[in-house]
Amino acid sequence: MSPSAAADTIFALSSGALPAAVAIIRVSGPAAKQALETLAGSAPEPRVARVRALRGAGGALLDRALVLWFPGPATATGEDLAELHLHGGRAVVATVLSELGGVPGCRPAEAGEFTRRAFLNGRIDLSEAEGLADLLAAETEAARRQAIRMAEGGLTGVVERLRERLLGLAARAEAVLEFGDDEDDVAPDHRLKSDLADLARELRQTLKSSPAERLRDGFRVVVAGPPNSGKSSLINKISGRSVAIESPIAGTTRDLLEAPVILDGMAIILIDSAGLRATDEVIERLGIERAEQAITVADVLLWLGDEAAPRADAIRVHARCDLLGRGVMPATADVAISVKTGEGMEKLRNLLAGKLSSFLPATDMLLMTDRQRGLIASCAEHLEQAALTPIPEVASEDLRLGLRSLDQIVGRADVEAMLDALFGRFCIGK
Amino acid sequence: MQEEFDVLVVGGGHAGCEAAAAAARRGARTALVTMDARMIGAMSCNPAIGGVGKGHLVREVDVFDGLIARAADEAAIHYRMLNRSKGPAVQGPRVQADRRRFRAAIQGIVAAEPNLSVIEGSVDALLISGECVQGVELGDGSHVRSRTTVLATGTFLGGRLFRGSERQEGGRIGEGAATRLALQLRAQDLPIARLKTGTPPRLDGRTIDWAVLDRQPSDRELWSFSTMGPGRVAPQLACALTRTTPETHDIIRASLDDSPLVGGAIEGRGPRYCPSIEDKVTRFADRDSHQIFLEPEGIDDHTIYPNGISTSLSVEAQDALIRSIPGLESAVIAQHGYAVEYDHIDPRSLDSRLALGGLKGLFCAGQINGTTGYEEAAAQGLVAGLNAACEALGAASVLFDRSESYVGVMIDDLTLQGISEPYRMLTARAEYRLHLRADNATTRLGEAALASGAVSDPRRRSIMRHFGLRADAKCGRPIQEDGADVFREIEADTLYAPYLARLDRELSQIDATAGVSIGAAFDYRRVGGLSNEMLERLEAARPATLGEVSRIRGITPAAVSAILIAVRGIAA
Repeated sequence: MSPSAAADTIFALSSGALPAAVAIIRVSGPAAKQALETLAGSAPEPRVARVRALRGAGGALLDRALVLWFPGPATATGEDLAELHLHGGRAVVATVLSELGGVPGCRPAEAGEFTRRAFLNGRIDLSEAEGLADLLAAETEAARRQAIRMAEGGLTGVVERLRERLLGLAARAEAVLEFGDDEDDVAPDHRLKSDLADLARELRQTLKSSPAERLRDGFRVVVAGPPNSGKSSLINKISGRSVAIESPIAGTTRDLLEAPVILDGMAIILIDSAGLRATDEVIERLGIERAEQAITVADVLLWLGDEAAPRADAIRVHARCDLLGRGVMPATADVAISVKTGEGMEKLRNLLAGKLSSFLPATDMLLMTDRQRGLIASCAEHLEQAALTPIPEVASEDLRLGLRSLDQIVGRADVEAMLDALFGRFCIGK
Repeated sequence: MQEEFDVLVVGGGHAGCEAAAAAARRGARTALVTMDARMIGAMSCNPAIGGVGKGHLVREVDVFDGLIARAADEAAIHYRMLNRSKGPAVQGPRVQADRRRFRAAIQGIVAAEPNLSVIEGSVDALLISGECVQGVELGDGSHVRSRTTVLATGTFLGGRLFRGSERQEGGRIGEGAATRLALQLRAQDLPIARLKTGTPPRLDGRTIDWAVLDRQPSDRELWSFSTMGPGRVAPQLACALTRTTPETHDIIRASLDDSPLVGGAIEGRGPRYCPSIEDKVTRFADRDSHQIFLEPEGIDDHTIYPNGISTSLSVEAQDALIRSIPGLESAVIAQHGYAVEYDHIDPRSLDSRLALGGLKGLFCAGQINGTTGYEEAAAQGLVAGLNAACEALGAASVLFDRSESYVGVMIDDLTLQGISEPYRMLTARAEYRLHLRADNATTRLGEAALASGAVSDPRRRSIMRHFGLRADAKCGRPIQEDGADVFREIEADTLYAPYLARLDRELSQIDATAGVSIGAAFDYRRVGGLSNEMLERLEAARPATLGEVSRIRGITPAAVSAILIAVRGIAA
């Protein structure tokens, strides 16, 4: 299906949850203008906001709304685009959406469809598209800030700077190959290899920033300990909900239970795990195996046992400190809490938030998706190989493959870009 | 109507001679029209053939029995294998050629070609009927009819010479220009623009103080350009080295006022890798000296070519700047340098046979396509000549792939990307650089050469023998004494094999959709969101596959995806 000519016209509520002061509905596609004319009588002049009475098929007034008309292709999606800024009541929005559904060729948009069209129509590059998708899916403030930076080309900027430097190095390597034997301006480049290794190290450093998926999907915080150590109660307390069944019967929680929680603007997933104990019961043992696995891959482990924690970096919680005989916190614990009295809960939250924020990237460190990380890693690999090989023309090929990897993040670049760097740097022409 | 010729070639330079000879070898009745038959095979600028990338082209043309390698061997008075300290893929054979011997060698081959006639005259116009070119009209009003025509006009099409404030019509000093032809082509609404190039003053070698200069002797190791060549036949001469001085740069800066380059008299862009000395002094103001190679133009010729100081400054400035250079203090200029500006056609209007889309039967080769260099010209001459012959004879086209040859890289670059400055071959342009070596041209292109039907019997035997030797070596049979080249070639194959395997993997991964073909009638305007610039480039280049789309400058991956989706939508 061709993205513009044969495509359906799609519409969706593109502002936040209702009710709200204003609700914005976007309509994109070849029938956008017709949709606008059907509801508002006529389309205003391009890119000018006008107040119009929106009327349904029967002539009933739906809302007085601000309407805008953006003829393609210079629009966010690259297609004809209309925007309806309605009063943000649920009933108004629902009525207008259902009227739009009645316009021939119009249908509700699928998730991410606006972004997909913008990408297919060349309005945004892949990394911007990925940023926008994250933005739409972002549920926390930190993820949203990150997504906005990415959508505005933040990653493009960072990769562009890395690429610029790599182009300079490639130009130095190529200059030696093409002109090294003939031009006095091109001397043997003894620093090239160490400069390559430096850039490779920097690329690796870039990768050390926390993965974007984690910021979007939430850090995994596993609550573990022996049976009946108060894991489920703690989860219910932190999440403020009844996620886990609290029961004095050991072995109640047999599988992993997950509760998404927002803590200090960071998304976390609290994971309740089966109590760890030796058991012959098949199902419980399966649950324990899963718990052990969850402990290994957790971003943070909250350990509620009195014995040593299975991970050295665990936050050791002395739970149920309101109980008789547990009033004194042992030296092996980091915090003593009671979900009943609330004692220590604030301190635990602070400990957890502190641990999590250490995973957050530095302010201007960028987060990347798996695809982008893979490409940066492959670029670093090619550079490392280039720094190792004793054959100069093979090193140049590695540099080219490295450039290709970066190009796949932001697009474009060709031989000419390298030649521009070469002829800008060296005086060639014997 | 009866055509006198199957193929008519306009121009007797490196592109024209190669085109005419290739067409004739292919069996076409061929005519070469030139203003002055004595100038056939002239080297207008530096007396050298080959280099990194360029030498690769020469070897490839040689596999098809071309002229340039054989003539270069006949004329070579100084050999140098560039990049000897690096791997075989980037080693570039280059020779200094005796101008007269080179010209004589080319003229000898042209004269010996039974299917080839030389016509002296200036081509004033193409004979165009409807959308078809049917031959040419000469300056005396006579018509020469042909089925196909190859334009290899070099710097002569609308050529204008510049030196200081002097202006003159011409394609080379002392010769005329194809001015009327240029006007006719412009009237055809073809995409024509201007380019410029330049040449340095020539010195009288007897007035140079050689004793104070460093010498650069010829390579001792024996190699030659052509596998069918005469070997090393001419006596070897040395080149010498000198440098510009701060005084030279002062003289140049003081004379920039009457420079046609600075003053804006020249609108065409010149090559960045072959800048004039005034360009170098201006653009690289921090350098206080530039190297100059003093290259002999011939054995019984006192002319010296000072490579590195191409200039279009005034005669007075040239005299002064030469005297400021060590060894040249009392040197006499035999011929002053100048710049030449000429018409070229946007090569994106050509197909991969170098045929022009708009006018049937018309092919273009050499500088008219926006390139620079003898080697680039010769390689295009081969492509245009072979295919003009094939079209005239109704035979299948001879096409070159960029993964198999530098010829293919160049044709693909020209017809897809177009040019913004005179195009020169560089190894960096080839993504399969490690495979496209100067030492394995026969292995890469031998079969295509045999299939082209344009090689002589001795060449055919030489190619077959090469294949035989390689096969022997692969089976572990001992290589005969004269198979040392084959042995070295196989060694190089082994050296690069792991890297090529990796490269293959990477490139095939990236270009999984590269083979998706795009119909000739595909309308890019139906793909939403392409910028006007992208539309312009796509419509000018008319890429045949998605891989070609992705190679066009300025086309983003998002645009490639959008085009893919649109193409798939049509196919579905």
